[in-house]
Amino acid sequence: MAEKHFEVSRLPGFATTAIIVFVALYVPIFTLVAYSFNASMSVAVWGGFSTDWYVKAWSNQQIKDATLRSLIIACFAAAISTAVATMAALGTTRRKAFKGQTFIYVMINQPLMVPEIVTAVALLILFGMIKQATGIQGIGYVILAHSAFCIPFAYLPIRARLEGMDLSLETAAADLYATPWQTFRRVTLPLLAPGIAAGAMLAFVISLDDVVITEFVKAGGQDTLPTYMLGQMKRQLTPEINAVSSMLLLVTVALLTAFFLLTRKKNDG
Amino acid sequence: MTAETIISARNVVKAFGQGAAAVRALDDVSLDILRGEFFTLLGPSGCGKTTLLRLIAGFEMPTGGQILLDGADITTLPPNRRPVNTVFQSYALFPHLTVAQNVAFGLQMLGKPAAEVKATTARMLALVKLDHLAGRKTAQLSGGQQQRVALARALAPQPKVLLLDEPLSALDLKLRKEMQVELKRLQIETGITFVFVTHDQEEALTMSDRIGVMSNGKLQQVGTAKDIYTRPRNRFVASFIGETNFLTGTAEDDALRIAGGARIPVPGLRAGGAATVTVRPEQLRLGPPAEGGLPATVRDLVYFGTDTHCHLLLEDGTELVARLQSPASGEAGFVTGQKVGLRFAEGAVQKVEE
Repeated sequence: MAEKHFEVSRLPGFATTAIIVFVALYVPIFTLVAYSFNASMSVAVWGGFSTDWYVKAWSNQQIKDATLRSLIIACFAAAISTAVATMAALGTTRRKAFKGQTFIYVMINQPLMVPEIVTAVALLILFGMIKQATGIQGIGYVILAHSAFCIPFAYLPIRARLEGMDLSLETAAADLYATPWQTFRRVTLPLLAPGIAAGAMLAFVISLDDVVITEFVKAGGQDTLPTYMLGQMKRQLTPEINAVSSMLLLVTVALLTAFFLLTRKKNDG
Repeated sequence: MTAETIISARNVVKAFGQGAAAVRALDDVSLDILRGEFFTLLGPSGCGKTTLLRLIAGFEMPTGGQILLDGADITTLPPNRRPVNTVFQSYALFPHLTVAQNVAFGLQMLGKPAAEVKATTARMLALVKLDHLAGRKTAQLSGGQQQRVALARALAPQPKVLLLDEPLSALDLKLRKEMQVELKRLQIETGITFVFVTHDQEEALTMSDRIGVMSNGKLQQVGTAKDIYTRPRNRFVASFIGETNFLTGTAEDDALRIAGGARIPVPGLRAGGAATVTVRPEQLRLGPPAEGGLPATVRDLVYFGTDTHCHLLLEDGTELVARLQSPASGEAGFVTGQKVGLRFAEGAVQKVEE
């Protein structure tokens, strides 16, 4: 080798730093999962192997209700935010560059930049006013809030996919007698599908584990799984919470793996 | 065949940009394309040829002027309502569809019955010799095969006019030659009017019934390959198509007086002011100075096999190139530094506009 390239991995302390980082990232999670199989009542003292906490969690009506509610909210939020994000992505890429494009881009991605607690308080106040004025209650407020903050997460992969798409394909469809709607339906949408699926999955996961905004917006008896777990912290903590967390982790990892696989196969159409 | 107009562009203007910064990609272009002909738009990149094609396809709207198809005004019609199809430079094949689905696309959009779509698709795939690949995804095909799919897809709806935007530019030389023959065969077999865009003069000369030469957003000359080669209207056309020589001087009746005082016969030229004439290198004849002709000196000889290019210097300093048949071995040829008498083949010297 004629020339030595700068390589980060050869710097002194590289391996040590890497190990510290990985330990910090994964030891808590491994501990959590391990203690979900703890036979004792304590989350900190090992008392032998058992799957009792999973059985217990599985038969806990409150957990079941909260899980179901979380899934319903995440499904609606993912569907709504993905639909909005798809339209926003089409609107910002399928047209000539316009004045204020960057501004619109920032506007769409607002939830990524404004501190979540600020949005939470703002929503609490606004929804309070609406509830007072109209008398309408229900889970709709939580769904609406989740839909809003999930938009940028759905928008980014869809936009990336649209920007990578050859515009002459849509021109070719129009040349071959397709109306604008047929062009969208037969060419743009099928090619965009992996991006939309990835966006929806990301939105679903983000909605599923949200605590801050949900905690502020939800009414009594509207606990989602994360807010239920937060509530349990104030009482007696048992490895049941480890079991619930482990299951949530499993679902999230599965979805993110699917997201990764979908976005990686960019050119398969 | 009667010369019937199928596409008529009337005073078409296309400007990009606004106000003072606007660029005229097409500047008052009027052109008639005849039914059933292979018409080529030829010109260097940026001359407006692709813009004109996109206006005919409906991908862009002209800033001014009209485009007629079969006598009907289609100037503002969207592309999906024009009975013309395009073969794109990038092919633009739908990656999520198979070869057969790509070819069937236009027919389906036209709402043809399924049986007809199937039959026509099969016939088109046979026409471009791709029947064996009907079920493949387009990404699995070679460049030449993708090109054939693009052709079949554009021909399937039986358009009144097929537009081809430099479709051969992505292919290697051998494949390009093959496809030139193939395109000409398809055009004759289908009888569809082809409008072909290229910057390659050889491609234009060998394939076209008529050629429109463009530069700077203007149509410079329209005619058959022979018209354009032998009677170029201006300096641009003469120099863009093939190689040529230019001579400038003062116009006299039936002659051009060049700087050294020599008089070159140009039948038809009328006296009055400066004039430019052109003569192709193969139209120059060299002989011994004693036999008369324009006195010239051989400056350089470049051997090309069948031809030898002989660079000549006139007394006034004008440089000319003569393309001579290479002498047989043993035969004495010209040598550098030799004085010669230069003559031009009859009718070979043509007046051109600057």
